[in-house]
Amino acid sequence: MTETPLHHTEQPLKVVPARYPLRLVGAIFSVFILLVIIQSIATNPRWEWGVFRQWFFDPAILSGLAKTLILTLLGTLFGIIFGTALALARLSKSYLLNGLAWGYIWLFRSLPMLLVLIILYNFSYLYDNLSIGIPFTSIEFFSHPTVDLLDQFSVAVLGLSLVQSAYTAEIIRGGILGVEHGQHEAAAALGLPGYRRTFRIILPQALRAIIPTGFNEVISLAKGTSIVYVLSMPELFYTVQVIYNRSQQVIPLLMVATIWYLVITSVLSVLQYYVERYFSRGAVRELPPTAIQRFRLWARG
Amino acid sequence: MSEAFDLFVPRPVQKAAEPVFLRQPHHNNPQTNAPGRIEISHLSKHFGTHKALDDVSLSIEPGTVTVILGPSGSGKSTLLRTINHLERVNEGTIQIDGDYVGYQRKGDKLYELKERAILKQRVSVGYVFQNFNLFPHLSVLDNIIEAPIVHRLLNRKQAIERAYELLDTVGLRAKAHAYPRHLSGGQQQRIAIARALALNPKVMLFDEPTSALDPELVGEVLDVIKKLAKSGVTLVVVTHEIGFARQVADQVVFMVDGKVVESGSATQVLDNPRHSRTQAFLEKVL
Repeated sequence: MTETPLHHTEQPLKVVPARYPLRLVGAIFSVFILLVIIQSIATNPRWEWGVFRQWFFDPAILSGLAKTLILTLLGTLFGIIFGTALALARLSKSYLLNGLAWGYIWLFRSLPMLLVLIILYNFSYLYDNLSIGIPFTSIEFFSHPTVDLLDQFSVAVLGLSLVQSAYTAEIIRGGILGVEHGQHEAAAALGLPGYRRTFRIILPQALRAIIPTGFNEVISLAKGTSIVYVLSMPELFYTVQVIYNRSQQVIPLLMVATIWYLVITSVLSVLQYYVERYFSRGAVRELPPTAIQRFRLWARG
Repeated sequence: MSEAFDLFVPRPVQKAAEPVFLRQPHHNNPQTNAPGRIEISHLSKHFGTHKALDDVSLSIEPGTVTVILGPSGSGKSTLLRTINHLERVNEGTIQIDGDYVGYQRKGDKLYELKERAILKQRVSVGYVFQNFNLFPHLSVLDNIIEAPIVHRLLNRKQAIERAYELLDTVGLRAKAHAYPRHLSGGQQQRIAIARALALNPKVMLFDEPTSALDPELVGEVLDVIKKLAKSGVTLVVVTHEIGFARQVADQVVFMVDGKVVESGSATQVLDNPRHSRTQAFLEKVL
């Protein structure tokens, strides 16, 4: 082992990469399938891409899209706020609070969204007026006819938020349960008060587990908002239906909705990547690359 | 490898030589000079039918080092956890400088303290865990300044200054902005010690602080604890490091099956054990 022949050090050994012929077959097959799909979509005149182009940025469609986005945003926002409260209640030591939260989650996970929306829309049959006051007395601070308060939009937001918060609560609770017990103890040993333990120590760690499932919920809500068509509320899907019922151009208008839903989901997926990246600080040695960093790596070869 | 090695390079900036730093009274916290005497009397704790602690009584003088030894399952950790009220006891009392841990005495009645008061009591007791339990999503600096700021002992600027002092003490100033999981076990445990010290505790409890470490990293953590031993804080250490006990312990306590079977000076308990269980245990570990 003392002397290495000279030619070894001067000429480094050549590395021959392993070859996998089947992968090539697979690649050709994939390209073939893709080409077939593209060819069929592009050449079949019944897709009516001209009609699609005409409607895609139509003001009516865009206003429907805006409503879908607002419903998703509000549903998510209220879902998170109320869901966090429910999750904390479920984990609290008070049996009553715990039971109440459990009952809420049980109820709203049991009922189909459609049913919740229609019940809420018909709430005025149950109560003519909605009022805020001191229970069991005649003192009232505020009273208003139910029909005016619960219009299409409020019923949609309310219904989506109520159901969404039940699912969100369980996702958040799962995340909190996943945080190591030692973290609770360490925070307690430092004498940190409850709110600080929850919001500074436990929840930020729980978020790592919450975010992937949470985004699943947001994406499914974005598409799920289409169910408010039963309230004749002109969100994206209802708008599309109204238009094709009049013009009979069913497929191209359905494609308009399809592509917009794809866009929404794609944007949310990208957002998810960056949010996950943010919350993995400290958990991984090196943060995963951003899209720009990845492009640079690829460009450099 | 190079990271672990650089720990042993002496740092010129270290103020470790002057032990006063730990007990420096803070303007906002004038009580820090209180001694830290622990009085445990007739303590019992069961988990179901299992008796984890069985009528344990123990006096710990202020500023001394007490090492608790014993086979696993003997109740050492449970005893330590009760001192910080992480575990409620079934019978008996613990007093730190005359205050009952978890209770308030009025006449001859003990009133259970509310959560807020218990949290306040914990400020004077530092706890170091076997698994460090640093907050992984916070930087080293944020881990250390969290508690003193929340308890309003220090404002943010003071807390950061203090954190750097403490990082000097444990020799890790350079790691202030690192995240805990990027550090070695020994480094993490030294940070955990700094975090506990940030509250200027009267008492520091160590629950097997070196048991989760590679053998080569044990020394750096024990060195930090040895430095603390001279600082006037009362230390209670559960450990299996007999050599460490011999070097720094003022009192060695040997526990079996939830009972204290023997206690005394290191030479008494380690070199001339009277109880047969102590003898058997020491024969195995030495």
